[in-house]
Amino acid sequence: MIEQLAVFSENKPGRLERITRVLAEANVNIRAFHVASLGEMGVIKILVDKTEEAYRALSAYGTVRKMPVVAVRTPDRPGALHTVAAVLAQAGINIENVSGFAISRSEAILVLEVSDVPAAERILTEAEFKILDEGEFEAAVG
Amino acid sequence: MPDVYDPLETAPRADLSALQLGRLRWTISQAARSAYHAGLFAALRLGPDSVASLDDLRRIPFTEKQHLRDNYPFGLLAVPKDEVVRMHHSSGTTGMAIAVFHTMRDVEHWADLIARCLHMIGVRKGDVFQNMMSYGLFTGGLGLHYGAEKLGCFIIPTGAGNSHRQIQFMRIFETTLLHIIPSYALALLGTFEEMGVDPKTLSLRRAVGGAEPYSEGMRERLQDAWGVPFYNCYGLSEMQGPGVAFECPEQQGLHIWEDSYIVEVINPDTGERVADGEEGELVLTSLTREAMPLIRYRTRDLTSIIPDPCPCGRTHRRLARIQGRSDDMFIVRGVNIFPLQIERVLMSMPEVGRNYLIVIDRDGYVDRLTVRVELTPDAFKGQLAQLRSLQDKIAHALREELLVTPRVELVEPGTLPRQEGKAIRVVDERK
Repeated sequence: MIEQLAVFSENKPGRLERITRVLAEANVNIRAFHVASLGEMGVIKILVDKTEEAYRALSAYGTVRKMPVVAVRTPDRPGALHTVAAVLAQAGINIENVSGFAISRSEAILVLEVSDVPAAERILTEAEFKILDEGEFEAAVG
Repeated sequence: MPDVYDPLETAPRADLSALQLGRLRWTISQAARSAYHAGLFAALRLGPDSVASLDDLRRIPFTEKQHLRDNYPFGLLAVPKDEVVRMHHSSGTTGMAIAVFHTMRDVEHWADLIARCLHMIGVRKGDVFQNMMSYGLFTGGLGLHYGAEKLGCFIIPTGAGNSHRQIQFMRIFETTLLHIIPSYALALLGTFEEMGVDPKTLSLRRAVGGAEPYSEGMRERLQDAWGVPFYNCYGLSEMQGPGVAFECPEQQGLHIWEDSYIVEVINPDTGERVADGEEGELVLTSLTREAMPLIRYRTRDLTSIIPDPCPCGRTHRRLARIQGRSDDMFIVRGVNIFPLQIERVLMSMPEVGRNYLIVIDRDGYVDRLTVRVELTPDAFKGQLAQLRSLQDKIAHALREELLVTPRVELVEPGTLPRQEGKAIRVVDERK
């Protein structure tokens, strides 16, 4: 399990500038960034290299939560994401969001927001996927 | 001399004053049958005999909205419950609600006053009256309905909304008279455009604007666009509903029916009466209300008495157009709202922080109410869907309380303006 940050923000000019400035000043590197908005409000999900520092820096200025997500290593080829999705669907686990990184020519890492993190990790492990912890994720993408 | 519905309309002042005194003494003895007034009079040792002249009215203290709220529901009822044939009610729940009761005689007298008002502006048997005010707990719909019926009007009780149909009805049934909220009358101009209909080609002859104050400039704009005069109507549920005061064809102020109400205008801070012509808060004493008489009731509406006699010949004095409120109540789409109602709903929800802002503006022609709410830091769980359902929950709770649906905007903690001293909670951008 690794952690991502979710930041609540109004959907207006200047908000992304501020968030990214705070992270830059804290010397935090961004691995993944996703914006979801609904009218005037939005939630920004961020994966960083130094989660704790980023969380502290962002908390001082705004509303932020840490949330567990599943990082799983897959081969980088057609069908890889499908296999993961099928395993989770079979177990009735919902996928809220996915981001992916190709980390070499043959491998990728999927970061999944799911409805039940422990169950997803157990089921994926049983299906012989490698679940990454914080250190392993950083080593792979850093 | 005007063509009056009731000869009282042109009664000499001396006759009116004598009538008022008799009715005031009756009102005091009637009011004493309610728990609230009984207590008040006992404490001050007052009775109908304490009032030998109209001037003695001063000896009775003011009654305010808060007294009605505190004595809800039946503390001001002056007749047995089975004598009540009608009730009207404000929005609001515990601690903020007002119930107003009517006996058969109250309902009949109300109809009579409305008939008098409508007759005054030229309405007669055979007029086709489209009543576009909500029927229900608010007094606007049913209030005008019974008075118009008394005059023999053909009434179309559409209530509000359904704009296309409203216009179709005006064409098919040849509506000659409207009762409508001014901001809705403005909004309908947009519907007319959409439908390719010119309101001036309809059979309309006059309109009555009610439930919310509006400027002379807005009135002129409406009269221009609709091609008919818009007459102002003033009322409040506590005194009956619409028809407490009404414009005559001169359209220079609203005649307040002094056979049914005693008018005072006071300085809202000191409680002292101001001179005729000076602006102050309107205080009313009912003279015919049986189920729930009210004496020296502070309306919180700011106005002045127009000192000169009206060219129409009626001897009941006129009130100037309502200028504003001496409290913080505001009106959206004809519905009265107190910021405190909104605050109480918000504060009962743990997800909401201390700071909120109420913004009222116009979206095109229609009044719009927005409540901007700061979340508590813990309220955010990380998902947009959760924020959306929180937004809906707040809007739903506010709608239950206000009977108007506001837009709710969730904002980050600490982002709403903070002020020194008394917080500004309401920004009204309509002008």
